[in-house]
Amino acid sequence: MYKIINTEEIGPKIKSYEIYAPNIAKNAKVGQFVILRINDTGERIPLTIAGTNLEKGLVKIIFQEVGKTTMQLASLSAGECIKDFMGPLGYPTEIKKYGTLVSVAGGVGVAGVVPVIKELKNVGNKIITIVGARCKDLIILKDELRQQSDSIFFATNDGTYGIKGYVTDILKEVINKEKIDIVYAIGPVAMMKSVSEITRSKNIKTIVSLNPIMVDGTGMCGACRVTINDETKFACVDGPEFDASLVNWEELISRLGLFKNLEEIAINKFKHNQGCNCCKK
Amino acid sequence: MPERDPNIRKKDFEQVNCGYTQSEMLKEAKRCLQCQKPLCIHGCPVGINIPEFVRYLSNNNPKQAVIVLKQKNNLPAVCSRVCPQENQCEKFCILAKKNESVSIGNLERYAADTTARDDLNDVIINKKDIKIAIVGSGPAGLACGGDLLKMGYNVTVYESLHNAGGVLRYGIPKFRLPKDVLDLELYNLKKLGIKIILNTFIGRTKTIKELFDEGYGAIFIATGAGLPIFPKISGENLNHIYSANEFLVRVNLMHSFDFPNYDTPIYKARNVVVIGGGNTAMDAARTALRLGAKNVKLVYRKTENEMPARKEERIHAKEEGVEFITSTNPLRFIGNEKRFVKAIECMKTELGEVDNLGRRYLSKIIGSDYIIETDMVILALGLHPNPTLPSLVDGLIVDSHGYIITDDSLMTSLPGIFAGGDIIGGATVIEAMGMGKKAAEGIKKYLKNN
Ligand SMILES: Cc1cc2nc3c(=O)[nH]c(=O)nc-3n(C[C@H](O)[C@H](O)[C@H](O)COP(=O)(O)OP(=O)(O)OC[C@H]3O[C@@H](n4cnc5c(N)ncnc54)[C@H](O)[C@@H]3O)c2cc1C
Ligand SMILES: Cc1cc2nc3c(=O)[nH]c(=O)nc-3n(C[C@H](O)[C@H](O)[C@H](O)COP(=O)(O)OP(=O)(O)OC[C@H]3O[C@@H](n4cnc5c(N)ncnc54)[C@H](O)[C@@H]3O)c2cc1C
Ligand code: FES
Repeated sequence: MYKIINTEEIGPKIKSYEIYAPNIAKNAKVGQFVILRINDTGERIPLTIAGTNLEKGLVKIIFQEVGKTTMQLASLSAGECIKDFMGPLGYPTEIKKYGTLVSVAGGVGVAGVVPVIKELKNVGNKIITIVGARCKDLIILKDELRQQSDSIFFATNDGTYGIKGYVTDILKEVINKEKIDIVYAIGPVAMMKSVSEITRSKNIKTIVSLNPIMVDGTGMCGACRVTINDETKFACVDGPEFDASLVNWEELISRLGLFKNLEEIAINKFKHNQGCNCCKK
Repeated sequence: MPERDPNIRKKDFEQVNCGYTQSEMLKEAKRCLQCQKPLCIHGCPVGINIPEFVRYLSNNNPKQAVIVLKQKNNLPAVCSRVCPQENQCEKFCILAKKNESVSIGNLERYAADTTARDDLNDVIINKKDIKIAIVGSGPAGLACGGDLLKMGYNVTVYESLHNAGGVLRYGIPKFRLPKDVLDLELYNLKKLGIKIILNTFIGRTKTIKELFDEGYGAIFIATGAGLPIFPKISGENLNHIYSANEFLVRVNLMHSFDFPNYDTPIYKARNVVVIGGGNTAMDAARTALRLGAKNVKLVYRKTENEMPARKEERIHAKEEGVEFITSTNPLRFIGNEKRFVKAIECMKTELGEVDNLGRRYLSKIIGSDYIIETDMVILALGLHPNPTLPSLVDGLIVDSHGYIITDDSLMTSLPGIFAGGDIIGGATVIEAMGMGKKAAEGIKKYLKNN
């Protein structure tokens, strides 16, 4: 059992938890993730490690309520336990001096970007950050992003914060103004794909962190397979980071929709059980 | 052995074989000729004294029979259900010549099952203050751990998944190996003092170096052959194409057959095609039937004689209605506009000439391409050794296929680190178990000399 030490709501339906898992905290590096299962009937889902507290043995996760498991996770309180919490998984981000780096973060992808740019800044990179969200409220960790960035731009779909538009609009401008050595992007697949299209045409190396459906997270099942440069790779052990220009995006998008109908059934059942007290556990 | 009606059993996950009654057991045990020079023993990968345990059974003494079995086999209830006996002990039985081999596996199962809940009073003498770490809780890890416990060592097993047992848990379905059989073995080991720590991916959660730093005197790596092989043909990542591992993990480990009471989803297809001819392929095909598939086809590149699956599994699969399409190879998978698989393009193959090494070539018959329609494909093309842990340990030498290289005592290139089971090239439960026992001996010797 893994205890939730504290919880914080950092945006609408976005929560940040710290979990007591000293072994993971000790060995985690930026870019890695955990797989958790809430209880005996639960599903295993992957979440990025958004930070660690070595002294207290804590691992931070930040997640958005999008389906049954994340909703159920959000319904837990500090002091309650999660049955299984395993990691750190995947290859860590390569931390080295590239020069000028543009980090692009979309939605809850910010959670993964913050620790990465912190390390990359420490080794002397210049960090330009571009953040996108649907509206102002959905931009999380603003202060942390500011702190780790040499300059920062925001884009919202409705214009409530920063420019009205997309991160890619800003990215194009930044690329035109300055020599960029590398781009690092985490966010919705559609965003990462658009970023990749822009940087590919300009020959700028771009790293993305992919989020396919996973089960074990240890390379045993192939649920997480993605096509990279026409070759099948397992995102959980070969990734989760890949060279964006080599990713087969259409395949990733379609594979993420694999269980759409069934996910809805699970959500409805969960909501129903939440609503009435008789079947609430 | 009595079996349940195929038309009934294919609709549930209950055990297929019913087990002997006492009188059936006695009748079978008495058929054993008690040969002076028993050949069956040579067919057993761990050298069980088969005539002796059968003799005890023929005297209706399963307790004593199981003591004989357990001298060599820590998991008789498991092995009796999953060993390919027809290629091992039963193949060498003198009566096999007349096709009337004694059903050694069924007798083993009777002995194990009827004594399962007896206290075997394993007492651990000579408790030592030495800790040993085992990586992986499959049959190799559990057998090694069991023997080391009985030698008096302090044993901790680390497992990356949230439940112990390896393939016995996540791979082999419960209609072949009921999970309470496995749970009982684990319970007995725990009673003897084994510690099993789940959710720990050695190499990532904890490194091998950290284990030594924590004071473990030796480490046994039994991480299995976890990496599913994909055919590297067009369309292999279309939706509803699964590796058998994923399909079986979803059903066995995650209980997705009971969705939405369990959260993990599984697609319940009508027309399923399984590709492969091993035990894994049979398990996947029969599981698909139990999830409600109307048609399950099994496509295999050679003939049925070449299939590596146990004979019993092949027979059971056919009885339950799995259609075998042999001498056929998939060329590509075809998807619909939403990238869901809808058909497989296949080609007929034929066994060609035998080369001077005695291998038969497989050649494709040109112009024999045809289409099989399907809405779910399960690939059971075998497994490579899981490379993650070996790749994270400096100096651990693996061969060109990724199997860890060991010496005669199963010690790896690194002193104090041993390995066994599928990660060094084993392929069956009994082999994995035998290697676990051998490594326990190796570890004991190593610790004495160091
Ligand atoms: C390496 C990695 C890191 C991730 N990091 C984060 C993170 O830091 N914060 C965050 O909010 N989300 C993260 N995700 C996504 C997160 O795993 C999914 O949102 C979550 O699994 C949804 O589960 P659900 O039951 O709530 O929703 P569901 O209703 O089951 O699904 C909603 C959508 O999530 C995706 N999904 C469903 N099941 C899985 C699964 N088992 N594995 C992966 N994706 C799935 C599907 O595309 C689906 O359409 C990450 C994914 C990966 C692969
Ligand atoms: C579907 C299927 C059906 C089969 N049917 C039969 C049969 O009928 N008869 C037969 O004899 N054989 C059968 N086999 C083969 C047999 O199951 C294997 O040979 C045997 O299980 C190998 O045992 P093992 O202990 O080496 O590894 P496994 O059983 O694979 O166990 C390895 C364990 O190690 C864990 N692990 C991996 N990496 C790490 C790590 N870094 N840290 C911690 N833990 C880790 C894994 O999660 C797993 O639990 C079948 C295999 C499959 C897949
Ligand atoms: S999640 Fe199973 S192999 Fe990656």
